[in-house]
Amino acid sequence: MLFDALAEPASRPRVLVVGGGIAGQAVCEQLGDGAQITLACAEPHLPYDRVNIGRLLTGEELPALQLRPADWYEDHGVEVLLDTRIAALDLDAGTAATAAGATLVYDRVVLCTGSDALVPPIPGIDAAGVHVFRGPEDCAAIVAATSSSRRAVVIGGGLLGLEAAHALATLGVPVSVVHLMDRLMERQLDGPAAALLAPAMADLGVEVLLEHATDTVLRGADGEVTGLRFSSGVELACDLIVVAVGIRAQVGLARDSGLAVERGIVVDDRLVTSHERALAVGECAQHRGVVHGIVAPIHDQAAVAAQTVLGVDADYAGSIPSAKLKVMGVDLVTAGAAEGEHAVVVADAAAGTYRKLILSEGRVAGTVLLGDTRGAELLLDAVRVGAVAEDPLALLADASKATAAELPDGAQVCNCNGVCKGDIVSAIREQELGSTQEVVAVTRAGAGCGSCKPIVAELLAIERGGAAEEATYLCPCRKQTREQLAAIVRTEGLESVSELGAACGAGHDCGACKPGLSYLVSEICGNRHREERHARYINDRVHANIQNDGTFSVVPRIRGGVTSAAELRRIADVVDKYEIPMVKVTGGQRIDLLGIRKEQLPAVWEDLGMPSGHAYAKAVRTVKTCVGSQFCRFGLGDAIEVGVDLESEMEGLYTPHKVKAAVVGCPRNCAEAYVKDIGLVAVEGGWEIYVGGAAGATVRKGDLLATVQTAADAKRLALAFLQHYREQAEYLERTYTYLERVGLAAVQEAVLDEELQAELLERYRIAKSAADPDPWRERYAPVTPKQFSALDTEHDLVGPPTGVAR
Amino acid sequence: MSETWTEVGYAADVPMLEGRSVAFDGGRIAIFRLRDGWAAIDHSCPHADGPLADGIVADSCVTCPLHGHRYDLRTGLRQGDEGSVRTYEVRERDGMLELRVPVAVAG
Ligand code: SRM
Ligand SMILES: Cc1cc2nc3c(=O)[nH]c(=O)nc-3n(C[C@H](O)[C@H](O)[C@H](O)COP(=O)(O)OP(=O)(O)OC[C@H]3O[C@@H](n4cnc5c(N)ncnc54)[C@H](O)[C@@H]3O)c2cc1C
Ligand code: SF4
Ligand code: FES
Repeated sequence: MLFDALAEPASRPRVLVVGGGIAGQAVCEQLGDGAQITLACAEPHLPYDRVNIGRLLTGEELPALQLRPADWYEDHGVEVLLDTRIAALDLDAGTAATAAGATLVYDRVVLCTGSDALVPPIPGIDAAGVHVFRGPEDCAAIVAATSSSRRAVVIGGGLLGLEAAHALATLGVPVSVVHLMDRLMERQLDGPAAALLAPAMADLGVEVLLEHATDTVLRGADGEVTGLRFSSGVELACDLIVVAVGIRAQVGLARDSGLAVERGIVVDDRLVTSHERALAVGECAQHRGVVHGIVAPIHDQAAVAAQTVLGVDADYAGSIPSAKLKVMGVDLVTAGAAEGEHAVVVADAAAGTYRKLILSEGRVAGTVLLGDTRGAELLLDAVRVGAVAEDPLALLADASKATAAELPDGAQVCNCNGVCKGDIVSAIREQELGSTQEVVAVTRAGAGCGSCKPIVAELLAIERGGAAEEATYLCPCRKQTREQLAAIVRTEGLESVSELGAACGAGHDCGACKPGLSYLVSEICGNRHREERHARYINDRVHANIQNDGTFSVVPRIRGGVTSAAELRRIADVVDKYEIPMVKVTGGQRIDLLGIRKEQLPAVWEDLGMPSGHAYAKAVRTVKTCVGSQFCRFGLGDAIEVGVDLESEMEGLYTPHKVKAAVVGCPRNCAEAYVKDIGLVAVEGGWEIYVGGAAGATVRKGDLLATVQTAADAKRLALAFLQHYREQAEYLERTYTYLERVGLAAVQEAVLDEELQAELLERYRIAKSAADPDPWRERYAPVTPKQFSALDTEHDLVGPPTGVAR
Repeated sequence: MSETWTEVGYAADVPMLEGRSVAFDGGRIAIFRLRDGWAAIDHSCPHADGPLADGIVADSCVTCPLHGHRYDLRTGLRQGDEGSVRTYEVRERDGMLELRVPVAVAG
């Protein structure tokens, strides 16, 4: 019998891993060189991070989720069989048959077959337009459906359902979550937390319908879903349904092979199934009656399973369930029990925060943190080790103030990949890691959902005593940082992206960094570089913003938001003449003409007779103004005049990322200067200059750079800061991230010092004098053939000059 | 259908490392001038109809300007998943660009 073979395993056992999910990958990593591994993956993809599959809905690509690059498997001698489903196992013989008919031989087999999305047997559920949310193909189908969807419904109000609904809302599809129970996430949350979660989801544009049992999926004549009917008889119209009611372990192969199967494949503490030759790990495994549906237990299980295979005694004692909601704007972490006889709660309903600790016999047994997840790692660790808590309220309060330094070494920082603080700290020390990127690559902490990255960065900063060097590569393919590339440009006197590419290969592999290289070269050469349009994004080739249907938008410059009857009349005429489908007032105090064909751009610009507003470029965009002292009874400064001047002094310059400014006549701040990249605020006796403000995806009040007496000084400081940012920031780093990174003091030092300031302003003057103030003039002299047309079309003729002064 | 070469425009109208689109064989084709020759693929990105001729070109791939899907210009395969665009044969003759549907590849 086979047990002879098992009693004396070959020095390197042949191990067949069935299923290339997170579990299969974890088993391969844990086995390391100790085994000859074959990884059979039914899917056509290398193992990827299913936890973050939702990112495929919002534009991320599958390769970004791949757990290891292809050469990892080669380097580690793991034979990967993609598109290979194991159809049958003969466990006594130690063979497996693939669906394609091949036979594989093994000493041990580890089943990592995971689960499928559960589809409840509701009549009509097979209608076209009903999708599950599990794999890349599902995401692709959902994305394809969203472009035409007018209303979507997500069935299921658990973690997955909320994540799907939020992604749909982000994509602009009106969406409702339909949930059977009387509260969301009933498996992880208690009543009060769930009651706070529902309005938080509503704020993100997700309608929540509780206690709605779906009775029937309604179909139209062509088989397409048209809506839902609930058991109450009420109907809800929709054209897209995402089913997220749960998962079902994939146990078919195990059952057919004669293994004991209940809800999952039954395993003992060694992760061995009912047949000694076979083990099971991950979502397909049932250990002590529990089938987990999250990642953290997988890593614990894989470690034990690998030891079992390698002949080392090890026991798996189970994992404590924990969950984190990956919905931007709703912070939610839970672990262990959500309810119990002894519990303490700190809640602020108005602020939407809820922090709860559940105790059992004096030990921490669970936690629910909503809206305020400070100290989550410390509390999760307390749940995991069952820490004794004599004063639970004090523990809650202390946790919210705890820094990464205070975490015990055993505290799990990365719940996705099961990495403890101790692992991270020793990797930083032993391998002398210097950047968060490196720590993530080496330890895999932060490589999952990414929510622990700030702590990884904090640990690095502590270890390195603040000397952490954050390498962000401008050209990731060739691992070149902005500073390295800048040094090449300077020392070799390069003037174009092509020369830089020839010198070091940057920009040749994927081309994604070429716009960044263009900016770098232009900035270092003070705009006296050799411009190459192939290195520019389409927006900067045709000086207009590309839209989802391939047409463009046109935003003429309207300095300070101040326009005139003549300009408005011309804009109106252009809209009529070119039948422009949409004309709208922007959030930047100017006017956008949308839906213009590339071929029409030159003629539209000509008829407008206004310069480019650079709304399509990483450049100075707008200077918004309020009416200020010219009209307003509270006005302390002439915001209009200062704003219009500032805009003409700044316009035309390209910047690492877009730059938006505002000038207001008093601290009532009607044009939002506190939250702009550069904001000037008139105060009694002078002006305040704020920098690094933001009110987009991030909201941040700007830092007060200085208070000066005259508007001329304020403008000068604004320009010096702009130049400083142009020279120092990483490409695509907004001023708000730049200030967060380097700190206000560093900026003040560079900008306020008289001598340095004079130098900045001089370099600014040089760059500005060589910058093209109005790229729309390329309508008279296109810089490339067919710049505004296709091979077989011509752009509209630019009409006779309108005689308008420009 | 077109086993013979069809003239579609001037080679000089496609700048180095850029693309331009043209009507051909019932659809639109994007033609790219690379450092080592020409490449031609479908103009429309299968993801959401993005204009591939407007994408940024590197040595052997183009990135769709709308959502960043990247295609190999020689094989038409999309990086990282199953997607692909069709490739066409393209050549320069006396300053003109000529296209044809690859004879060997079916449908
Ligand atoms: C047209 C406009 C919306 C409107 O109709 O009002 C707009 C439209 C776009 N914004 Fe905006 N933003 C517009 C004002 C704003 C504002 C308000 C403002 O400027 O005062 C903000 C908040 C301030 C800020 O910039 O932080 C704003 C924050 C963003 C962001 C988030 C940036 C961030 O880091 O937080 C993005 C995304 C990005 O840059 O990556 C964005 C990106 C975009 C893009 C360019 C998306 C894209 O890549 O295609 C949109 C182009 C639509 C199109 O097809 O033409 N837009 N956007 C506004 C044009 C202003 C202008 O006159 O130039
Ligand atoms: C949208 C979403 C969000 C999530 N968010 C989180 C989260 O925030 N935190 C968290 O901890 N968890 C989260 N999860 C759960 C987590 O992704 C899973 O727990 C984990 O991926 C399971 O890994 P696995 O390897 O066990 O199973 P799977 O990922 O299902 O992998 C099993 C693999 O085996 C293959 N297979 C099956 N049968 C065979 C066969 N006979 N032959 C060959 N191959 C076979 C399958 O094709 C599959 O590729 C989320 C899941 C989803 C879908
Ligand atoms: S205009 Fe701005 S806010 Fe509106 S969809 Fe586009 S990026 Fe988002
Ligand atoms: S249309 Fe090409 S990537 Fe979306």
